[in-house]
Amino acid sequence: MTARRKTGPARPMVTITVDGAPLQVPSGEPLATALLCAGHLRLRHSPNGGGARGAFCFMGVCQECAVHVDGRLTQSCQTAARAGMIVRLGGAP
Amino acid sequence: MIAAVRTDLVVVGAGPAGANAALTAAAAGINVHLVDEAPQAGGQVWRAPVDGVTAGPTPDARAGADLRARLAASGVTLASSRRVWSVLRLPDDQGFRVDCVGADGALSVTAPRLVAATGAYERVVPFPGWTLPGVIGLAGATILLKSHGVVPGDRIVVAGAGPLLLAVAAGLLDAGVKPLALVDLDGRHDWLARLPALATRPGLAVRGARWRARILAAGIPVFHRHAIREAAGADRLDAVTIAPVDRTGAFTGGEQRSLQADALVVGHGLTPGADIPRLLKAETRHDGLRGGVVPVVDRFGRTSVPGLFAVGDGAGVRGADAAVAAGRLCGLAAAHDAGRVGRTAFDGAAAPLLTAAAGHARFSDAIAGALALRPGQVASVPGPTTVCRCEDVTRRDIEAAAEDGARDVNQMKQFTRCGMGPCQGRMCGEVAAWLLALRLGVPRGAVGSFTARPPLRPVAIGDLVGTFSYADIPIPEPAPL
Repeated sequence: MTARRKTGPARPMVTITVDGAPLQVPSGEPLATALLCAGHLRLRHSPNGGGARGAFCFMGVCQECAVHVDGRLTQSCQTAARAGMIVRLGGAP
Repeated sequence: MIAAVRTDLVVVGAGPAGANAALTAAAAGINVHLVDEAPQAGGQVWRAPVDGVTAGPTPDARAGADLRARLAASGVTLASSRRVWSVLRLPDDQGFRVDCVGADGALSVTAPRLVAATGAYERVVPFPGWTLPGVIGLAGATILLKSHGVVPGDRIVVAGAGPLLLAVAAGLLDAGVKPLALVDLDGRHDWLARLPALATRPGLAVRGARWRARILAAGIPVFHRHAIREAAGADRLDAVTIAPVDRTGAFTGGEQRSLQADALVVGHGLTPGADIPRLLKAETRHDGLRGGVVPVVDRFGRTSVPGLFAVGDGAGVRGADAAVAAGRLCGLAAAHDAGRVGRTAFDGAAAPLLTAAAGHARFSDAIAGALALRPGQVASVPGPTTVCRCEDVTRRDIEAAAEDGARDVNQMKQFTRCGMGPCQGRMCGEVAAWLLALRLGVPRGAVGSFTARPPLRPVAIGDLVGTFSYADIPIPEPAPL
């Protein structure tokens, strides 16, 4: 998927780290959306079946977009991107 | 430390229903705390754009901005970015305690009255591959387009039922992306049958007609009476297969088509998020037209639990305009019940609101009808398809539980773990209940609903504990030997 941002006024960008690689994203953009735009569709594997999973509902209900942010398991669709965030994909545990 | 607040009324959910309940109650002179998960009020339909994104010139964007301005100018205390994880009924009719967590710690709000206005979640009837990254909900796509300023892909299939189908397709066109196909459970002329009811709200009917005209003019292939047979890909979506269905949503065996797609946006209606009334054991019933299990309420949103109100789509799907009217009625009744609005003033203020609420009924019923679950579609879910995404429970697992003796959804849950994952059965609950009912040959209402339990949202123990040292824990002196 090549999700992308619509054109619009320039937004302040911040640098986060995703699985060790730096990524420039608009400050305050929900992390799930920033990851989607960077081509990170698979955010974790389902704990039982092992299937690839990614953000689904974007409203904090489905819990599919859980990633580790600064060491804590976090719903990425409910988390605004901030400079210096260390993101690790893979979900629980 | 947990911050503790005592107030006259606590409202959970700052969408059209909850925000209007809070505004009306505060205007009547009672203290109101409005708790919401999002950074800004508006709910899903009036969600604010994120920082740096400009909202489009849509009626929803204006309504959201207006609501946020009215809240800012009101006496309502808005607690944003707070996730409610527990709601307790205090002993001796002392009211309710709502516990939530946010970035700046835990907050506990106690009040004699509580309004649950938690809205609805999107329901997707499962199909093979619906768990693949690249498959997202219609409501999720709406949030991406309107609030985040993002288009979810290049080659997009838009599928499902209801007005969001048209809204998303039109929104993609506005963003310069022509969807590959629009796959509609409805027949070509079904919407015409709803037209007399839709025409009771001319503004909204015209909006729908404009979306249709845009889709037609853009030449998007529209597949009426079709549904998704399968989404395929290794670790992300790369193809979607569609096939014709009948009026009930069951596949007819007609010709299938495959589309190379990098995004599938799909939704089959809404399920009321009645978690709080269920948690507090308010009387509920199953209402297929309203999307699922709903609390039994009076015209003002009063549930069977004294002091507990439920309004908006979380009390049964009716849409945003009906939610505004219901919210105002509820806020008025909460102030009246608190002794702040006398009988005469209450009756005088309630009369026009009740008329307004009744005026939304035909339109709401027509939209809810388009969104209602189609039993033939549920019956068509293949056995090996995942139903519960969190725990990877398939239709076959649910049916095996029925064969092993499960007679309601909670027995089935204990046999299979269906609905026991972090989403707490919100994504699968309604469909899983239908699958069990179909297998048992009983009405949907006969198999009940998952028991609601805290935490309502996943919450880190650290968030609840806050900062303390062991020295702060009061330890009673041991009894003398």
